[in-house]
Amino acid sequence: MSAEPVRVLVTKLGLDGHDRGSRLVARMLRDAAMEVVYTAPWQTVESVVEVAIEEDVDVIGISSLATDHLIVPALMERLRAAGLGAVGVVVGGIVPDDEQPALVEAGVHAVLGPGASRAEIVAAVREAATARRRVST
Amino acid sequence: MSETTETAGPPRPAGEEDWRAAYDEALPDAPTVRNRSRIEVKPIYTPVDWDGSGYDEQLAMPGQYPFTRGIYPTMYRGRTWSQRQLIGLGTPADYNTRVRALLDAGTTAISLIPCNSGFRGVDCDEVPLPLLGTCGTVVNTVDDMDEALAGVGIGEISTAMNDPSPFTLLAFLLGVATRRGIGWDSITGTSNQSDYLSHFIANHMFYRLSLAGSRRVFVDHVAFCTERVPRWNPISVVGQHMQQAGATPAEAMGFTLSTALQHAEDCAAAGLDLDAVLRRLTFFFDISISFFEEVAKFRAGRRVWARLARERLGATDPRSWRFKFHGQTSGVDLTRQQPLNNIARVTAQAMAGIFGGLQSLHTDAYDEAIATPSEEAARIAVATQNILREEAHLCDVIDPLAGSYYVETLTDEMESEILAVIERIDDTGGMYAAAEAGLVQDLIGDSSHEHAMRIEDGAETVVGVNRYVVEGDEDDPVPPTRRPDPEAMAAHVAAFVDYKRSRSAGEVRKRLGDLSRAANDPGSNVFAAVVDAAAAGITHGEIIGCLREELGFGHPLVRAS
Repeated sequence: MSAEPVRVLVTKLGLDGHDRGSRLVARMLRDAAMEVVYTAPWQTVESVVEVAIEEDVDVIGISSLATDHLIVPALMERLRAAGLGAVGVVVGGIVPDDEQPALVEAGVHAVLGPGASRAEIVAAVREAATARRRVST
Repeated sequence: MSETTETAGPPRPAGEEDWRAAYDEALPDAPTVRNRSRIEVKPIYTPVDWDGSGYDEQLAMPGQYPFTRGIYPTMYRGRTWSQRQLIGLGTPADYNTRVRALLDAGTTAISLIPCNSGFRGVDCDEVPLPLLGTCGTVVNTVDDMDEALAGVGIGEISTAMNDPSPFTLLAFLLGVATRRGIGWDSITGTSNQSDYLSHFIANHMFYRLSLAGSRRVFVDHVAFCTERVPRWNPISVVGQHMQQAGATPAEAMGFTLSTALQHAEDCAAAGLDLDAVLRRLTFFFDISISFFEEVAKFRAGRRVWARLARERLGATDPRSWRFKFHGQTSGVDLTRQQPLNNIARVTAQAMAGIFGGLQSLHTDAYDEAIATPSEEAARIAVATQNILREEAHLCDVIDPLAGSYYVETLTDEMESEILAVIERIDDTGGMYAAAEAGLVQDLIGDSSHEHAMRIEDGAETVVGVNRYVVEGDEDDPVPPTRRPDPEAMAAHVAAFVDYKRSRSAGEVRKRLGDLSRAANDPGSNVFAAVVDAAAAGITHGEIIGCLREELGFGHPLVRAS
């Protein structure tokens, strides 16, 4: 059992700037005693990888409202190339059903839709963090 | 002594005490009910709460100051609201197909939503291909606009552009008008995303230039339109972003009216004629599902704005006092779960907007919480408006909820809340200063969190999410996701790159030099220079790139809640 708090990056990838969801989730995770790194929206695949390395996060939470999930597979590939294949990635927001399998196949730990409860969100992030720690220790 | 006896207000209903006793006995532990604006809602309202006095000062007839009952004498008896649905997807050719189909179907007003790459202030060749055209149309040049509006009578139809500062879409539209020999004085429509403060505060996606730079371009754009495009509405003050981001209805209205004051004062300080500016100022609001609260929000907002415009700003033309607004049903209230329920939600929201006296309405499609709307869902959204108007007869009587003890009391209470918000912003030095300091963002973040926790705790019901959950609701019918044809989009990008290369590099440098000089000369109108650059073939991304160099890049103040 690790007493270390989970470190999680909450961010938005791509072009959209609707950040009500990411702000709320950041607060929920912080209230659940996690260490939250929060960025402005409009991150690129490269900048997310950079922040993940610098901040040594266990989990990356990507919030997507307006189709930015379409470049999450590119992010997964880049994470693996950077040696961060064990970092758990959780995607939350509006991801149409028929586009979710592509994210799961790309290695995303969980896709959470609108209406997901605080408990579900916290659990998904914890699980993703545990998965990483198992790999890295 | 001539001491007058204070009458104890209106007579109490004879049975009030008996009713109270019966009510308390039946519901001894009834919890306090509050609306989203945190106003306590009682189980009943009577003449004790609202006695109908002060009718002429507080309500008046429609079309009469302070316009609580509506801004026009005839309201929907004379003219129904405009049905203006958001349109934007794919390439300019895709947009053209869609808009012509809507026009053939009888649409009387159109809109243009640009691609998210456009909102970010860049061209289509600067972002990953999968993100192009998924949420709006790729329009980067005057040629693109010409193609998007081929066969569309831009001199006859009103066009709303989702066009944040520095207003390249309007510049492209004016370029198309010139090409077609159409006078700018016949161009009608709205720069419906001109409110840079709402972008800095709440809709970060639309925020492109620094705060000071945005303010400068905004005022120049108003000055330009007032003089050169007189039937265009250059200012749309946007409360929608703030309420969608989490502000309560009363906060959203208060923040919006404070923003309108800021814009009006900035224009007046630049020497523009206040009445000329206010006559063409419009508002854009969110309509949540909190039905009576929204009706009261709009009725109160109309009254507060009339008084602010007349008494505080000193506008003398009665047209300047009118609170003209477009309403959009709230996407935040819609659910992914049991998505067809959203048709019922949008119906309730639209009714609140109609009883609130709106001039223009967008009803969300039921699949909005899942994807960019399908054709079928968009058609149902428009049909909802037609059903409410022509089958339910909501428009037969002007301001039909007036005189309800509850609605009038709530209108007064919402007015007090709105005025308190405006006072708080005034104390911070106005909306520009309050936004710059992050005050508004913090208040919105707190309200957003509070609302989410009320849903989490079950204090606020969301059907299918925290109550009445149905197992297997993921099997409910959801239209398949449509994405722009990747080959057509790739071809569009390739043609765009060829277009850029085909231009004379010297000419492009010269045009951008002119734009830089205008930006650095406070006496020059930057938006006029944007219009010239656009007409000369400079692209959207080049114009914004240049202005970001000269006026500063737009970094919104971003914080976790």
